[in-house]
Amino acid sequence: MELAELYRDVILDHNRNPRNFGPLSQATATAEGFNPLCGDRLTLRVAVADDRIADIRFEGEGCAISTASASLMTEAVKGKTRAEALATFAVIHRLLTDDAAEVDEQLGKLAALSGVREYPARVKCASLCWHTLASALGSPETRAVPAVSTE
Amino acid sequence: MTHTAKAREPGHFDVAAVRKDFPILARTVHGRPLAYLDSGASAQRPARVIDAVDDYERRHHANIHRGVHTLSQEATGLYESARDRLVRFINARSRHEVLFVRGTTEAINLVAQSYARPSLKPGDEVLITHLEHHANIVPWQMVCGQTGATLVVAPMDARGEVHAEQVLELMRPATKIFACAHVSNALGTVLPVHRLIAGAKARGITTLLDGAQAVPHMAVDVQALGVDFYAFSGHKMFGPTGIGVLYGREALLERMPPWQGGGDMILTVSFAKSTYNSLPHKFEAGTPNISGAIGLGAATDYLGALDLAAAHAHERELLAYATDVLSNIPGLRIIGTAADKAGLVSFVVAGVHPHDLGTILDQDGIAIRTGHHCAMPVMEFFKLPATARASLSFYNTFDEIDRLAASIERARTLFA
Repeated sequence: MELAELYRDVILDHNRNPRNFGPLSQATATAEGFNPLCGDRLTLRVAVADDRIADIRFEGEGCAISTASASLMTEAVKGKTRAEALATFAVIHRLLTDDAAEVDEQLGKLAALSGVREYPARVKCASLCWHTLASALGSPETRAVPAVSTE
Repeated sequence: MTHTAKAREPGHFDVAAVRKDFPILARTVHGRPLAYLDSGASAQRPARVIDAVDDYERRHHANIHRGVHTLSQEATGLYESARDRLVRFINARSRHEVLFVRGTTEAINLVAQSYARPSLKPGDEVLITHLEHHANIVPWQMVCGQTGATLVVAPMDARGEVHAEQVLELMRPATKIFACAHVSNALGTVLPVHRLIAGAKARGITTLLDGAQAVPHMAVDVQALGVDFYAFSGHKMFGPTGIGVLYGREALLERMPPWQGGGDMILTVSFAKSTYNSLPHKFEAGTPNISGAIGLGAATDYLGALDLAAAHAHERELLAYATDVLSNIPGLRIIGTAADKAGLVSFVVAGVHPHDLGTILDQDGIAIRTGHHCAMPVMEFFKLPATARASLSFYNTFDEIDRLAASIERARTLFA
């Protein structure tokens, strides 16, 4: 397995210059994500208006995979409805965990995350922000969890 | 690189020969020779340990302490002779003082629940230090919660050192128990345990040392230390997992009630009252990890046959070399720079998260630990979510340190 498959240019770029990074004053929901294995912490804030993600920003510290995944995610889901964002999460989840999953061309830059599945120890790094998003959007399976943990 | 010349000096520790004793060191990872720099998490096993366990499983297995048949007698003999080896390994006074447990964590919990819980009262204090591993924090927190005693934490400084005089100041009349690491797992600091134990003893305080990271790196003599309890794990000293030792002074162990009930800890049982077995069996409820104990006994045999002074000297040279080489990498900061260190280098690299570093090094066949090392208060002290940790054993080589440095440089280039 080539390291370049994991650390693609898109990943390195989004790690170096994370998009939508910082506080969000008009947030309608906030969720915390924590990966105790590696200490990654993520605060995700969304501003939802008319069931649509009008704005989304994140803060925290994590590895390159975790930071890039969060950055790519905020770009991808901004402007989407709740249901569309959760559907994207489902596609990403399959991409990260199912070796047979085809890379959907609709994914655009998110396809860069497909290299992660060859590194099972790192899948949680990439999925932390997505679980946190589901929590922030009040997805039923995560609503009861005060802080999302991928452990 | 001066180490190659040093390695050729006559009488120097023969690393190449020692490496042949550890079958796993011959394997490759991602097509590269394995450079195992994670012995602080779990050390590898020499063939002598693997063979001892294998021989027991193939030829001698039966339950111990109860059968009259041959296998049970053989298994009992092997298990108890392993205990005798551990008695000698730490220079305990007798086999009554060496209890087989699952590991350091269980040993400390045993002391917290069986010694501390019945004796602590509200207002009493348990003293630990800031650099402890979770297993030497949480059992004390739990027993403080159960008894109303208070957990007091002695400070460490920015180098990761614990100063004896600062700890001694915190040993007050209310202090009943003092527990600390012999060697820090996250920082490598060797604590001034002789002064600390002597100071505690002079004040009538009961003492426990967490020796998990010490036994692989130095000769430990519990009588010379004068400590009341000493806990360590088998798998960090080249033995199997799931087995460890609690040393306790016999007078204290005699006074302590059993921790768990059942199996080997029992002498007689009726529904009205049961009586308990004598030491050490009083604390070994249930069928123990027989093969683990035998493997651990074999590990002490292996260490006993080595020139340990030369092995430890080699480790110190490796540590000095690793410290020197890593210090020269731009943007790399070593976490834990105590004057007296053993066995490991914790570090962070600017612009490269430890978790990414761990993956990149793994691709080069290099195994290190990344994360908080089960010492979150230490990470909090240094304001870091995680570090990378290269931990060393006498089977490591200077070449492996060079490979580590080269791979870190590769990661820096990738993330530059």
